[in-house]
Amino acid sequence: MRAFTTLLLRDIKLAARSGGGAALALSFFALVATLVPLGVGPDLGLLARMAGGILWVAAVLAALLSLDRLFQGDFEDGSLDLIALSPLPLELTALAKIAAHWLSTGLPLTLLSPLLALLFNLAPPATLILFLSLLIGTPAVSAVGAIGASLTLSLKRGGLLLPLIILPLLSPVVIFGAGAVALSLDGLASANALGLLAAFAFAAMLLSPFAAAASVRLNLGN
Amino acid sequence: MQFLFRYANPHNFMRLSGAVLPFTVIACLMCLGLGLYLGFSAPPDYQQGRTVLLMFIHVPAATMAMTVYGAIAVCSLLSLVWRHPLSDTAARAAAPLGALFTVLGLITGSLWGKPMWGTYWVWDARLTSFLLLLFVYIGYMALWNAIEDEIRAARAAAILALVGAVNIPIIKFSVEWWNTLHQGESIVSGKTAPVFLAPLLLMMGGYFLLFLTLWMVRIRTAILERRARNLMQAGAR
Amino acid sequence: MNFDPLNFDMGTYAVYIWPAYGVTVLVLGGVTLWSICAWRRAKARLAALEAGQAP
Repeated sequence: MRAFTTLLLRDIKLAARSGGGAALALSFFALVATLVPLGVGPDLGLLARMAGGILWVAAVLAALLSLDRLFQGDFEDGSLDLIALSPLPLELTALAKIAAHWLSTGLPLTLLSPLLALLFNLAPPATLILFLSLLIGTPAVSAVGAIGASLTLSLKRGGLLLPLIILPLLSPVVIFGAGAVALSLDGLASANALGLLAAFAFAAMLLSPFAAAASVRLNLGN
Repeated sequence: MQFLFRYANPHNFMRLSGAVLPFTVIACLMCLGLGLYLGFSAPPDYQQGRTVLLMFIHVPAATMAMTVYGAIAVCSLLSLVWRHPLSDTAARAAAPLGALFTVLGLITGSLWGKPMWGTYWVWDARLTSFLLLLFVYIGYMALWNAIEDEIRAARAAAILALVGAVNIPIIKFSVEWWNTLHQGESIVSGKTAPVFLAPLLLMMGGYFLLFLTLWMVRIRTAILERRARNLMQAGAR
Repeated sequence: MNFDPLNFDMGTYAVYIWPAYGVTVLVLGGVTLWSICAWRRAKARLAALEAGQAP
């Protein structure tokens, strides 16, 4: 347990140190949220209806930004080999890294979202649903993202391959997350959508450490 | 299982596929020929008119798109769990075929949609899931190409294929849910009149046999290419 | 069931049906040709390599 928390805290500190961690993702999130209205026009009625989808897509893209460094940094300087040799099972290592990624990216994005929802004139009840959906869904983004990161970790120009691999896999998250907001805007209960989202997130957190660990092992040459 | 492993040997596979290929080619041509003939001879559908002809090339393409991914998933499982040697090659060989079937499914679906719903694209559950499936295929092929070490590429691709296999039913479910949420139109689906069933089944059979044929050809090609590479490496020493 | 043998009259739908069939033929025919060509190339290359090693 101690090894888990040590790794978790280490990764959070590393994320904060290199590239500003949360600050980068938050800025990107806010930028995209600004860019879309510039693209579609300032009609607040339209923007309010699109807010859920736009903010969810922006959040996923922002979370993607730091994913390729999830394993690659440690891989390149050899720390990953050492970590893999430690008594902590590789699956738990993966889980720790996923948790660290969420705490340093997904959670800050979630916390910023109500402010950005203001830009879109999103009604308060819907904003609450947006916040909840991001809170539940961003861990899934980190989890699924970890699978992609571990598969591509040995690639130097893995660049666009990582989003290409995981974005289709993340479509249910965007669908359920933004769908919950849309339901709320129509005055309907979002519990169903949030429940489906939670189920997906739960399954992702449960299964992706195994897939990620298997991918790390194969890239470490075992 | 024993059966599968007996043909894991490339040499055996070459022999088996060489023997089977002429039959699959002939059967494929017969199915497609007869299916097309019956299809074009049938009277126009009560609801859909002559556009029902598009069903004969859309449904088989769509079915094969899903089937081929299933085959890739099975091969990936064989490769990861049982270390079946030819499975990686087979999975890689099947991927472009599946992707092309998906593209065909999208194009024919779009052209079928225009007379039916009035637009070339509709964000309905089927077409949207297919679009996502196409991206999954592209990602799979890209991963194979990106990793230089062939053994590592094979293992990584197998993991991705299995993750995708788990995810694809979830994607389909979520897209259908999304569709009902936004009250999209559903594809006009009624019972297929019996006069259309025969050509449809024949076309589906023909597409499947075409896939089998091309799959075997591509696996055989890959085996020969590997032999050539081994010879070159041996010669270099 | 009455069949008109091979009725090619599509009426207003022709503009959808023929392109769809055309694309299908192009794509399926194309991938078939591609696969056959790749096979022939691999076979020829292997034969050449083996001949070079024969003695």
